[in-house]
Amino acid sequence: MNVVITPLFVRLTHWLNAIAVIVMIMSGLRIYNASPIFDFLIPKELTLGGWLGGAVLWHFAFMWLLLVNGLIYLILNFATGRAKKKFLPISPKELVRDVLDTLKGKLAHDDLSQYNTIQKLAYLSIIADIIILVISGLAIWKPVQLPLFSELMGGFENARIVHFLAMAYAVFFIMVHLVMVAVVPKTLRIMIRGK
Amino acid sequence: MSDQKKIVPKKIFTSHEKEIIKDVYKELDIPTRRQFGKKALSLGAIAMLSGCSLSNEDSIEKALMVMSRFNDRVQGLLFDPNLMAPTYSEDMLTKPFPFNAFYGEDEIRPSPVSFKLKVSGLVQDTKYWTLPELRAMPQTSQITRHICVEGWSAIGKWGGVRFSDFLKRIGADTGAQFVGFRCHDDYYTSIDMPTAMHAQTLLTLTYADKVLPPQYGYPMKLRMPTKLGYKNPKYIQEIFVTNVNPGGYWEDQGYNWFGGS
Repeated sequence: MNVVITPLFVRLTHWLNAIAVIVMIMSGLRIYNASPIFDFLIPKELTLGGWLGGAVLWHFAFMWLLLVNGLIYLILNFATGRAKKKFLPISPKELVRDVLDTLKGKLAHDDLSQYNTIQKLAYLSIIADIIILVISGLAIWKPVQLPLFSELMGGFENARIVHFLAMAYAVFFIMVHLVMVAVVPKTLRIMIRGK
Repeated sequence: MSDQKKIVPKKIFTSHEKEIIKDVYKELDIPTRRQFGKKALSLGAIAMLSGCSLSNEDSIEKALMVMSRFNDRVQGLLFDPNLMAPTYSEDMLTKPFPFNAFYGEDEIRPSPVSFKLKVSGLVQDTKYWTLPELRAMPQTSQITRHICVEGWSAIGKWGGVRFSDFLKRIGADTGAQFVGFRCHDDYYTSIDMPTAMHAQTLLTLTYADKVLPPQYGYPMKLRMPTKLGYKNPKYIQEIFVTNVNPGGYWEDQGYNWFGGS
């Protein structure tokens, strides 16, 4: 097959997003350690920034990459009609079938230009998750100047919890995502070369 | 380096404010923080990802500081002088309100009772101010949330002189860019003029309706619910108006200068 499956804008925004997300997670974990909301600390090796001030610098520099890159991805995805074509329709019947096939270990991967229902939901979920991360992040960064986000999150302290849990989901997604790439290595080639 | 090993993680919604106070104190591992220049950049993985060479730490730091200055400007534009920070009721006060400084609570250096406030820079009246003179000005109080850059927050009640009233009284050039603060404990910081003129920016003399105790900054603390904790100086000795950014204790080590919330 010599047709471009993944257009250049998706590949570019995917890899820029990967960089932004990794920096945001690692620097965010260092910020978390300065005043942990749960009963544990994050091992220093998994954090970025060295100290709180450094981590905040990284976090508030790369938030712009996450935001601008994410907006470009969303706008182009809708403007080109790709979002509709790739993610819709989502059929409950197909979802049941795909889940059963997965459990039987025979989910088909022969046509990589089409997402199966589990992929559709997984990718939509991480898009929604990053949107929640941005909104809860803005609620923490600007509880006074952007009160709408703070209210949406149920106040400043709740926003911190939402922000952390949404980060945890992103980490979970990345791990499953990487396993799937290892299972179907062709997808890595497609995300680099487009076909 | 050792700033993590001593921290006792807190549960959500803990009411053990004493623990918070201790944690905050332990968090303040000054030597570690001073190593910012090197430590902020010790990140093999990221350097490899972005293709940056680790020998180029200075340029990474410079790029991060460029972004921090950019964020100062964004926050300056985002700042709405007419937007008020949320206020709370008395029963929502955090008790006890945590002590926080760049040293421990046992190292507080109380200001002398004979204290007088110095005023300098772009102002018409540079006379020294005594506490009774400040108390004779119109007083106001408010209950607001103090948010620390570390993430924790606490609700407190501060009372005193509206800072814009004080700036007018000393004939400050309110067209100037910055107001700087020098403190008895050698802390220093500075703020932008629009925040200085904000209606909720108070030159506070009381905490919970009592004379500001030593741990909260006697004789006075500038309280801004529109800024993070480190922008709110305690033990103020001198206030000056200037067009040259005076920086700050933490800001000069890498904290964002605007520090708005």
